[in-house]
Amino acid sequence: MRYFKCENLIEALGLLADPDTRFPLLAGGTDLIVQWRMGGRMPEGVIDIGALEEIRLIIQRENVIEIGAAVTHSMLIESNIVRRYCPVLVDACRTVGAVQIQNRGTIGGNIVNASPAGDTPPVLMAFDAKVELANLSGRRHVPLREFYLSYRKTALKPDELLTRIIIPKHGPDEKAGFYKIGTRKAQAISKVALCVRAKIAGGAVNDIAIALGSVAPTAVRAPKTEAFLKGKKLDSFAVDEAKRTLAAEIAPIDDIRSTADYRRFVAENLLARYLEKASDAF
Amino acid sequence: MGVVGQNAVRLDGREKVTGRALYVDDIVMPGMWHGVAVRTTIPSGKVLSVVFDPRFNWKKVVVADRHDIPGRNVVTMIEEDMPLLVHDEIRHIGEAIVLIAAPTKKMAEDARRHVEIRYEEWQPVLTIEDSKAKKRVIHGSDNVISRYKIDKGDVSAGFKDSDAIVEGVYRTGAQEQAYIEPQGIIASPGKGGGVDLVGSMQCPFYILKALERLLGMSETKLSVKQATVGGAFGGKEDYPSVLAGYASVLALKAKRPVKMIYDRNEDMNVTTKRHPSVVRHRTGVKKNGMLVAMDIGIELDAGAYTTLTPVVLSRGFLHSAGPYRCPNVRIAGAAFATNAPPNGAFRGFGAPQTLFAVEAHMDKIAEEIGMSPLELRRINCLKVGDEMATGQILKESVGALECLEKAAAASGFERKWRASLPLCKGESEGIEVRSTLPDPPLQREGTVRGIGISLFMHGGGFTGSGEAKMKGKAGIRLERDGKLTVLTGCTEMGQGAHTVLPQIVAECLGVPLSCVRVETPDTSKVPDSGPTVASRVTMVIGKVLCVCAEEMKRRLSEAAGRDHGDFRSLAGSFLKKRGPLTIIEAYEPTPGIHWDDTTYHGDAYAAYSWGCDVAEVEVDKDTFEIKVERMYMAHDVGRAVNPQMVEGQIEGGTLQALGWALMEDNRYDGGKLLNNRFQTYIIPTTMDTPFLELITVEHPFSHGPLGAKGVGELPHDGAAPAVVNAIANATGIRISEIPATPERLFEECKKKHFRSS
Repeated sequence: MRYFKCENLIEALGLLADPDTRFPLLAGGTDLIVQWRMGGRMPEGVIDIGALEEIRLIIQRENVIEIGAAVTHSMLIESNIVRRYCPVLVDACRTVGAVQIQNRGTIGGNIVNASPAGDTPPVLMAFDAKVELANLSGRRHVPLREFYLSYRKTALKPDELLTRIIIPKHGPDEKAGFYKIGTRKAQAISKVALCVRAKIAGGAVNDIAIALGSVAPTAVRAPKTEAFLKGKKLDSFAVDEAKRTLAAEIAPIDDIRSTADYRRFVAENLLARYLEKASDAF
Repeated sequence: MGVVGQNAVRLDGREKVTGRALYVDDIVMPGMWHGVAVRTTIPSGKVLSVVFDPRFNWKKVVVADRHDIPGRNVVTMIEEDMPLLVHDEIRHIGEAIVLIAAPTKKMAEDARRHVEIRYEEWQPVLTIEDSKAKKRVIHGSDNVISRYKIDKGDVSAGFKDSDAIVEGVYRTGAQEQAYIEPQGIIASPGKGGGVDLVGSMQCPFYILKALERLLGMSETKLSVKQATVGGAFGGKEDYPSVLAGYASVLALKAKRPVKMIYDRNEDMNVTTKRHPSVVRHRTGVKKNGMLVAMDIGIELDAGAYTTLTPVVLSRGFLHSAGPYRCPNVRIAGAAFATNAPPNGAFRGFGAPQTLFAVEAHMDKIAEEIGMSPLELRRINCLKVGDEMATGQILKESVGALECLEKAAAASGFERKWRASLPLCKGESEGIEVRSTLPDPPLQREGTVRGIGISLFMHGGGFTGSGEAKMKGKAGIRLERDGKLTVLTGCTEMGQGAHTVLPQIVAECLGVPLSCVRVETPDTSKVPDSGPTVASRVTMVIGKVLCVCAEEMKRRLSEAAGRDHGDFRSLAGSFLKKRGPLTIIEAYEPTPGIHWDDTTYHGDAYAAYSWGCDVAEVEVDKDTFEIKVERMYMAHDVGRAVNPQMVEGQIEGGTLQALGWALMEDNRYDGGKLLNNRFQTYIIPTTMDTPFLELITVEHPFSHGPLGAKGVGELPHDGAAPAVVNAIANATGIRISEIPATPERLFEECKKKHFRSS
């Protein structure tokens, strides 16, 4: 196997630009190495970007926070910036694998692995995060909700590298909640994950973003439910109708971890739990 | 001396925590190659051809097939129906057809990928129901691997005499032992054309017996040695005989040592699991709670071959009526063959399945007759002098009622049970709470709480006449330096046998524990103590060692011509005069024990350990997640030789049982295991562990070493029914099939609402 340890981003993009050295990108390796082992086949080469300082930074700008793709889950958990502007991302990172996995696994990896059960994508989607995709000729920003095309398929082009995640800062009048129902209390893959971010005043929803994991081929937003709730007063009728709307717009499946029916039921209830709690808190 | 009853530090602890202990994968031998098996990928059919891809250089490796087996192509266990390598008919996915050894593991794996098997596929039999209905006959004439019947009194008359008859069907799933260290073995060509083995195993002498047959050589040419073992739980009772067979055949052909280590996926795919079960109960009961008649039907899924199934079924039978007095009992049932990898030994060995059924059923009976589950158990609980289903009269050491009362009192069972009853919120009975703990924190919003109880027993040692037939041997050697060596084929696999047995010897001889060591279990060095299974090591082999100690003291006194003086001085003068002394004794069954294998009547076990578990659960109304908050475990083990290790067994066994109760479930699709890795086969973590409160009960067994009974399996027997009973108390929904996952609870809830609306 050919192993490239890049000195900088340009070098990595250069390797990707050349079809002869266009090998898988390796950061923490917590997904890739397992997949290679399971498939019984190693790639011919690998480009290690795990140590690139340029993409291991968490930066606060005026209206956004920027997270480098090679930032680990542990770095996110410890970051004051993230704790301040996106505390539910910290909650989500704490549920990723074990501490050892959190230490190695990166947020960029969690995104491009494109598992519908990934823990950070629902949070990032609910926060209207964008991903920055770069190649030698430039960079483009794609909203995360448009990044996933279908099961395990992303908008990433073969010569592109995910460099940064850009999360808009949301005001203190917005409250977010993250819920993950796993197969056990720790080191679990989600059966259902839900992240909601909302602005609720006087018992009415001014703005709301709802994102879910493990209920569709990719992490998804629930636009119909969001549209229904916007401007609604949060009474039991509205909550019930929101549950029904959500149940109709997600597409969970039966698999080794859970059942479609259960996932739908839990997704509804978690949304209701958030709404009931949120209407008290605002 | 007081060595027994002390928390002696594990004698194997230092080696293990410093990393010096050698597990089989740490052992490297000069010229050693690595072996793999090419396996079937269909559950049923026959091999048409084996094609070796010419693109691979086969000269670099050694390939063995069934023609390379020097003796008979069988893995000897109870029967000889299982071939080492597929002969003609394929009975399950993962059967070995061809073996390959190569200089590296990678090359062996690569070679394996270059073998193609062509099959004729047959319709597989995948469930107990299909096997029973003889959808296709895959074993014998009727798919029955083994069958028993127990009859006591007159069940029909008993039902006539009953005020209520309660029926229930209970199901349990397969469970993976999930030992930390996967299976592994190294075989090397030995002297005189023989084979020497070292590996991860529970029963070196089982392997010896299997290899004699397979390799067609006398045991004098074979030696089997246990490496340090990282957990077994029954999973390394019978399967290592298979792996030893593969490695030996390859080693003989390659004329060099061959190591075979499974990775986790392969280990999970092909090694044995706990037998799935279906148990049907029909019980006649008086209004006052007295059990009058029990009619019990038991069915186990044996998998493709006999392996240990007849004994698993037998133990299941003998525990199926629970720790209760009942004049009329009928137990019937069988284990059926299916096209799945054979199921085998796992902590509890059939008893957890049937105890789950009877203990879940007891709560159903209590509900039907409007009695508290505690009271129903109290009324029917076995005491000294009572008769069990096999006609066994309990003569001593019956701590069941004390366990029940202590666990109920410590947990405040009656009060909490009434408070949580979903339909009738009753008054507190005013039973005093003697727990050392404050009451649990207030119930979280959006949850319901419940409490459940189970009462159970576990027979120590082999079933029936097993110990009398086995005559397990063990010995003590007085060494030249005055120290003592325990000689036993019983293995240390993490459970603490190699600390507890020296404690017993030290106590019996009146020497410090530091003077006693254990010989490595190696068939060429130690006597056959019988296998390390069935909660028998402390109770049975511990007892043999007590007898050895008495005999040694007698011989030393005799030689010294005096029967006084401490052991050290007697031993010192003996060694000076005559040198080292080895005493080996065989197990003498408890006097007055009778068992009839043909009628299944008599004393099934010399002694039983007893236990009562109470579980407190919290169920989330939004997600149906079930959290076990607390477990109270009152266990009667006769005498705790090493209390800390007893606690370790109870805590570990309880958690393993909670995994089985709530999340562990080997799932198959068309005979193929779906969850063959720890990402999908879910076992509990520390975060899933409830607060565990242990209550020790000691009703000594006069024929056990210093009163001790078995403890290894007992803790796996009670947690599952206690948990489902607690779920019923919390939610009103009786889960009769485990694991009780949130999905299953959700489905049951839907059904109930559907029925009521």
